[in-house]
Amino acid sequence: MDLAFDVLIWGSLGLGLFFMLVGTIGILRMPDVYTRLHAAGMTDTMGAGFLLLGMALYTVEEMVPGHTSYWTVLVRLVLVYAFLLFTSPIATHALARAGLAGGVEPWTNDAEEGT
Amino acid sequence: MLRAIGLGVVLFGFWLTLSGHYTPLLLGFGVGSCVLVVYIAARMEVVDQEGVPLHVTGRFFSYLPWLMKEIFVANVEVAKVILDPKLPISPRIVVFHGSQDTDLGRAIYANSITLTPGTITTGVAGHEFEIHALRAADLETDEQQQMDVRCTRVERGRRERAS
Repeated sequence: MDLAFDVLIWGSLGLGLFFMLVGTIGILRMPDVYTRLHAAGMTDTMGAGFLLLGMALYTVEEMVPGHTSYWTVLVRLVLVYAFLLFTSPIATHALARAGLAGGVEPWTNDAEEGT
Repeated sequence: MLRAIGLGVVLFGFWLTLSGHYTPLLLGFGVGSCVLVVYIAARMEVVDQEGVPLHVTGRFFSYLPWLMKEIFVANVEVAKVILDPKLPISPRIVVFHGSQDTDLGRAIYANSITLTPGTITTGVAGHEFEIHALRAADLETDEQQQMDVRCTRVERGRRERAS
């Protein structure tokens, strides 16, 4: 039981770190603002998501019956993710829109592909 | 009025989970601040369908699991693109049609699009959603249509769509 739980916790944390790392690599590799936003979006949906899931599972594992404090921690972790889900797309949208309004041309490779 | 009470209950529930203190004095402060916030919100005239969307909350929660699945699938796709040595991207701005009639429904759809990596909503005008897509080549129109239908369902329930 304990071992299975530990595997789940570390699996979640590992996946979260993986998506964080890939998102960061993406930010470095992408050619312009708009394409970088796609990579940045990975870090706050799945990256932070799996890290928070790992923390939530850890809280469940450590839970002592009769202590409500573990539940408040759990609820707070869920709330953190809920607020991320509501705020991060708005920030992303605002950045993309500001870029377009400021006249930053989106990078394309249409010409090379001939489509 | 019902909406204001609903807002008060939600706020107080939120206050309770965050505070963790259950003495009469602090509970009183909690109730007091919640009443004050509801009063200010009412004066600002934001206690309406859009500001306190209690009517879609239930349907929104049944939409969430599907959205999370889509976000996961899209994340794996974008991760593959990023880790591909050739970086096979073909970014383009495309226009989607959204069938939502209220601003709330449009916001849900636009944010769902932005949350799934690979597509970002850059502008909304009526039923037209301007999207920056990372890979225009294999944009899955089925998925987008399904997301559109599901968001509209969150907006107005299972009632048949007019068109």
